[in-house]
Amino acid sequence: MKLRKAIDQLMQGVFLSAGLTAVVFLLGIFGMLLFNGAKTFKEVSLAEFFGSSNWNPSAYGEPSFGILSMLVSTLMVTAGAMLIAIPLGIGTAAYLSEVASPKVRNWLKPTIELLAGVPSVAVGFIGIVLVAPAIAKVFGLSNGLNALNGAILLAVMALPTIITVAEDSMRAVPKQFREASYALGANGWTTLVRVVLPASFSGIIAAIILGIGRAIGETMTVLMATGNATAMPNGFFDPVRTLTATIAIELGEVAYGTNHYYSLFGLGAVLFVISLLVNLLAEKLASKFRYKL
Amino acid sequence: MIALLGSCQHLPEDYESITLKGSDTEVNVALALAEYYMADETTVSIAVTGGGSGAGIAALINGKTDIANSSRPIKKEELDLASARSIAPVPFIFAVDALAFIVHQDMEVDSLTLDQIAQLFSGKIANWRELGGPDNAVSLYGRQSNSGTFVYLRDSILKTEYAAHHKQMNGNAQIVEALKSDRAGIGYVGVGYILKEGGGVIAGIKTIKVKSDPASTAVSPVEQSAIANGAYPVVRPLFQYTNGMPDGKLLEFIEFGLSPKGQQIITENGYYPIFQAHKQHNEQLLNQYYEAQESH
Repeated sequence: MKLRKAIDQLMQGVFLSAGLTAVVFLLGIFGMLLFNGAKTFKEVSLAEFFGSSNWNPSAYGEPSFGILSMLVSTLMVTAGAMLIAIPLGIGTAAYLSEVASPKVRNWLKPTIELLAGVPSVAVGFIGIVLVAPAIAKVFGLSNGLNALNGAILLAVMALPTIITVAEDSMRAVPKQFREASYALGANGWTTLVRVVLPASFSGIIAAIILGIGRAIGETMTVLMATGNATAMPNGFFDPVRTLTATIAIELGEVAYGTNHYYSLFGLGAVLFVISLLVNLLAEKLASKFRYKL
Repeated sequence: MIALLGSCQHLPEDYESITLKGSDTEVNVALALAEYYMADETTVSIAVTGGGSGAGIAALINGKTDIANSSRPIKKEELDLASARSIAPVPFIFAVDALAFIVHQDMEVDSLTLDQIAQLFSGKIANWRELGGPDNAVSLYGRQSNSGTFVYLRDSILKTEYAAHHKQMNGNAQIVEALKSDRAGIGYVGVGYILKEGGGVIAGIKTIKVKSDPASTAVSPVEQSAIANGAYPVVRPLFQYTNGMPDGKLLEFIEFGLSPKGQQIITENGYYPIFQAHKQHNEQLLNQYYEAQESH
């Protein structure tokens, strides 16, 4: 009897520490980013870092460390991707959950999930050889290495996440809800919009947030397809350089312990804070709408 | 797996592996040299990777490569960092590269002066109309800041910052591909990347002829003689840095690159043989080594 209790306690401890490991890693990563990133501000003012759009740490003349244009680029590409992926993703999820026959769903859903397995380098390559020339042709530009290209590619990459999670949450809505709706005389569309979507709202928010997370953190695809110019973009037809691409391009050649090195950690910390904010917002939205129905 | 283990056991005891890392401009030519050398020397395995001159030098400083390929001289900060870690970079010059400026095949502009090139890439000339071309905003293609070519052009020709809207591409080949479709584009690549196998420039692009100043004649980097007699102005030596004086097979491989056969392979790959001054520089390095050996 005593032994059983002891094992019970031991196992509780094991699972507790397993849960805590993730927290330790999270705090460790954030701590390291902040610790190293903060050293940037010994020589660079906060106003320059966040307020200037001039990023040129290995300059010919005076180096400059303004991240504003890269911050705007990241947000722009992500927002563009979501403008495309959210309607498409939620629509597909609604079709799979509410309209499609089991036969169609059984092959369509795994196919969509397969899309998540395409390596980002391959998506970037498609962006260079296929999407960029197409954009240039359609909009009459000289080239298509711009924010729009990145947004389209990121939308494709975020789609499987959004569709899978949103569809799961729609399918989790109890059958009785739909039956009640039909019994009151509502048609399929009204049932979807007034019953299923509100009931699965927290899951849909989660799907969108995961999609945003996928888009913000993506590196290789945007690095290959968006032109990487550091100038402040004036619109979706301008080349952009995201925070992730900057870290990927420059960390390989930076000398350890220099201001340039620390400022790249600063970029990492900014990325981390953005995803933290997005997640907190999601948490709040999801709980707010959870019991509305 | 078993086959793999089995084959490992058959390796000769003096089996040596050499790693080269760095300049994307040098990757192809270094690979060609390595392949030729390995054909005769079966006990040596040579791995060549790119990543940019900056990445190669960083790898040498971190002790992660035997040779750092670099298309620019090592910077003072890098030397300081190296000596702090007791790494002593030795510069061999094994080839000469001409930097070609390329545009879309339909571009009306044929030749540019060095000054015009500098103004284009620093953003002072923003429309092709100013150069007698079409009324089109200039779209600039270049390399990323870890590229030696990027640094070379900025420090030697531009002598100021690049325009902020200049697109930073992953490698030479990507710039060539982009220029095949961008009618308002201009980019810079090592001349080896615009030559077809067996001679001639690849289709879809045009090579800009360059003049040192408005009075001189415009020269194309594709002409071998223009490089050898110094008429083409955008020419630079390509370096191979080792940590300290190399020894054994590593030294043999470097000397192979400098030999007539090595220089012939370099020429076949679209680069140029080293000049007399470079030869003297290498010989000086090697003589110091051999004298030290004899006195031992």
